[in-house]
Amino acid sequence: MCPRQHEEFVVNQYLLSLYESEGRVEGAPMTAEEMQAFMARVIALEDEMDTNGTFVFGGALHGPDATTVVRGSDLDKVMTDGPFVEAKEHIGGFYIINAENLDEALSWAGKVVDATNHPIEVRPFRATGRLPSPSDSTA
Amino acid sequence: MDEVERTFRHAHGQAVATLARIFNDLSLAEPAARDAFATAVDRWPREGIPVNPTGWIVATARNRAVDTVRRAARGRELYEQIAATAPSAAAALRDGGAIMGDDQLRLIFTCCHPALRIEHQVALTLRLVAGLTVTEIARAFLVSEPTMAKRLVRAKYKIKAAHIPYRIPNEADLPDRLRAALAVVYLVYNAGADNRERADLRGEAIRLGRVLDQLMPEEPEVAGLLGLMLLSEARVPAHGGASDVVILRDQDRALWDRALIIEGHDIVRTCIRRGRPGPFQLQAAIQAVHCAAPTFAETDWQQILALYDQLMVMMPTPVVALNRAIALAETSGPQIALAQVDELATDLPGYHLLHATRGTMLRRLGHDDSIRPGRRAGAHRAGAELPGTRAWSLGSLRLTPQPPGTVRVVPDVRHQAAGPRQ
Repeated sequence: MCPRQHEEFVVNQYLLSLYESEGRVEGAPMTAEEMQAFMARVIALEDEMDTNGTFVFGGALHGPDATTVVRGSDLDKVMTDGPFVEAKEHIGGFYIINAENLDEALSWAGKVVDATNHPIEVRPFRATGRLPSPSDSTA
Repeated sequence: MDEVERTFRHAHGQAVATLARIFNDLSLAEPAARDAFATAVDRWPREGIPVNPTGWIVATARNRAVDTVRRAARGRELYEQIAATAPSAAAALRDGGAIMGDDQLRLIFTCCHPALRIEHQVALTLRLVAGLTVTEIARAFLVSEPTMAKRLVRAKYKIKAAHIPYRIPNEADLPDRLRAALAVVYLVYNAGADNRERADLRGEAIRLGRVLDQLMPEEPEVAGLLGLMLLSEARVPAHGGASDVVILRDQDRALWDRALIIEGHDIVRTCIRRGRPGPFQLQAAIQAVHCAAPTFAETDWQQILALYDQLMVMMPTPVVALNRAIALAETSGPQIALAQVDELATDLPGYHLLHATRGTMLRRLGHDDSIRPGRRAGAHRAGAELPGTRAWSLGSLRLTPQPPGTVRVVPDVRHQAAGPRQ
């Protein structure tokens, strides 16, 4: 799943944040079968995004308990355990997509909601010039 | 409002719409139009209003914007883009008519994009399409001028940053998007109906309704909304000048505006002939029946009840149910209607019309003791609104085929609109 660049026309990039609530989410996959069906929907969606160059990067995140806040380079003094904002809702995963305009981004967001059952926040990127590709970040 | 000012306001939507297409940037289009208007204020009173004021504004604004862009450090590329799309001011002057109509639709749909919050949609539509000043909009919505200015800046920022497309929605999205645009127009109308100080808004809403109806003559709900607004407007002269609005039952029907009623009835008849009813068309038809009645006693309540039954299928909201109950009280007596009103009380807590209606029904049943709280609660509006005029929240309803048995509306309305009782 490589990022695609459309050289022939202007594309805009959007962050689709999938929000999760603490505790059990209504309709969240519980059994192994449900989990399998959930994954199948997500994989099918990502394949669809991939075929027309929509998919840039994305994935599911570990929970807020795995989070660390850093406020400077002197890590001992300015690092704290836990998320930046203590909240009931947190970002459980995200996609970065290419889309021509907001209407197209919203239509993809709708498909993500259908597949994952999470509310999505759609936010346009202001600048994406230095966005690293997945291979850069994992190398 | 003088002639120059009125011409401006009417040219504003078209000018901004055309400029937005040329520049592909609302934030460039609006100030350019403002500059052109400033030039017009200076020159029109001396030289007279040009034959094609909109074309004049567009050409002048375009020239101004090109100058601005030329001066800007990073303007070269944009200038070339503009030069490519609109090579001369003469071209901008020539491309009146159809192209401009599409431009204006694009602008309306951009301003009424559902990703913008509703109050931002309303403010943008009034500013960019209707051409009201920030001061006028701020006054109409009882907020300070800086607050309204900030609201407009935020809305325009989102359009630009999120790349809300400047286009007419595609076929699949059009029904939902059109409903959103019509809801904005009706909200503007009702904002004007709520308050005498803001009566101007009703005129603007009707003007927007006429523009939409001209641009989308094949959309029956657009006509329905225009008909609904015209028939509501027709009765405004009978509302009285005092702080208490005269209720329908007591209105002097000789004061109703006959020309508006005739136009509204024409629209309703056309809608019925089309046979694709929707919530606005049904509400317009209900108002058409009211306007066709020479006296309150002669109102065809059976007809109104039938229309509410049909409206309930498309728009089953408590407000519609309440208005249906009011009609039911006239056809079947207050006893049976009161039971339905009481059932709605939990869905409409504190709704003035419910209390006023309950009070009236109890009074008719002779329960004088129980009416006081209801009458007091409704007193500030005195049940002023006619059935149906408030039921504008359309939700996400879709047009459905006309059920059989409702066609009888046609001869009745036609008879009453054109008959000797008029």
